[in-house]
Amino acid sequence: MIALLIRDLRLAVRAGGGFGLGLAFFLIVVTLVPFGVGPQGDILARIAPGILWLGALLACLLSLDRIFALDFEDGSLDLLATAPMPLEGVVAMKAFAHWLTTGLPLVIAAPVFGILLHLPAAAQSWLVISLLLGTPALSVLGTFGAALTVGLKRGGLLLSLLVLPFYVPTLIFGAELIRRGAQGMATEVALLMLAGITAATVALIPFASAAAIRVNLR
Amino acid sequence: MAMLSVSNLAVSRGGLPVLENLSFAVESGQALVLRGPNGIGKTTLLRTLAGLQPALAGTVSMASESMAYAAHSDGLKSTLTVSENLKFWASIYAIHDIEPALERMNLRSLANRAAMSLSAGQKRRLGLARLLVTGRPVWVLDEPTVSLDTASVALFAQAVRGHLATGGVALLATHIDLGLEEAKVLDLAPFKARPPEEGGMMGAFDEAFL
Repeated sequence: MIALLIRDLRLAVRAGGGFGLGLAFFLIVVTLVPFGVGPQGDILARIAPGILWLGALLACLLSLDRIFALDFEDGSLDLLATAPMPLEGVVAMKAFAHWLTTGLPLVIAAPVFGILLHLPAAAQSWLVISLLLGTPALSVLGTFGAALTVGLKRGGLLLSLLVLPFYVPTLIFGAELIRRGAQGMATEVALLMLAGITAATVALIPFASAAAIRVNLR
Repeated sequence: MAMLSVSNLAVSRGGLPVLENLSFAVESGQALVLRGPNGIGKTTLLRTLAGLQPALAGTVSMASESMAYAAHSDGLKSTLTVSENLKFWASIYAIHDIEPALERMNLRSLANRAAMSLSAGQKRRLGLARLLVTGRPVWVLDEPTVSLDTASVALFAQAVRGHLATGGVALLATHIDLGLEEAKVLDLAPFKARPPEEGGMMGAFDEAFL
């Protein structure tokens, strides 16, 4: 399973692998917002948690359709499905590789992006914590959408429509956690909900995704 | 003791039955070549044996974790080198030495080339080298010799012979003569599924909507 993780990471950093694409997209979204909203710092600070989370969501979405589609096209997915490795494990490893190449860079770069949106200093650490807890759920939920659309030509748009509604709880609690952190309010509930959603998706979604792939490979 | 046996198997493609009442057994050290016109269901049969799709009826029996499947496409990553590709599959099957496989498929001189710069035949050879690093006794091969030249076909036939000599089994769907005289040939045409109005199977209709 480690071999699969290493292969996916290696593919991501090779030519055309798309590493850093999500990060660059996130940067563009965050720089465009002040142009659209105007330079008032107080308004930007108020909408920053939502914008940052929306940016993270969209950046994550950008590379989701590659998770299984490329392996399906070159036949690796058939071979992986017949390999001595449970398909659930394949899904989990691929989600982990996706998170390492898109989610983790966002978490690390987020404080810089927070400054661009006038996010108060008190909220910076909450921004990192909420992205760290929430983004794994985005990658894992994404595998389910990717698994459902794996055989389809140009399934990327359908994938977005399928996956985005599932991101709503993470978005709500992730942004809420930053907002509460910024205003010095109690953060436990949002924190626990966000962590709980991630734990539940990581535990359950690989089984659903593997089942969807098995159906699509028939 | 048959390594792979199939009895009264019926398989379907896109919800429609293509083959039925198929029974055969392959003993240790034997190769079986499947023949038949396009569309008869060779690929469908092999995918069913590989467990990628359910059989409509009948049973397939073989030891668990004993089969290596090679499809039309080789499952190569074009930005990885030949040895990186092969090492990946080797470690999936918990085998650590890829040198013998490189040697036997004559890929040693290409080991550090990216897979995208290989010719079609070289890619195919790499795809077949993958079988050698699976360590599995039952090979299920779908058109293994596509885009291979005569020398490479001979190389492949030699690899299959070596596999059979160690007690393995090979099941091949192919249109050309591999030079494997000892292999048994099974023509699939007589097993073509009858249409439902002649008493054939109905097939799982909801499959068509999946």
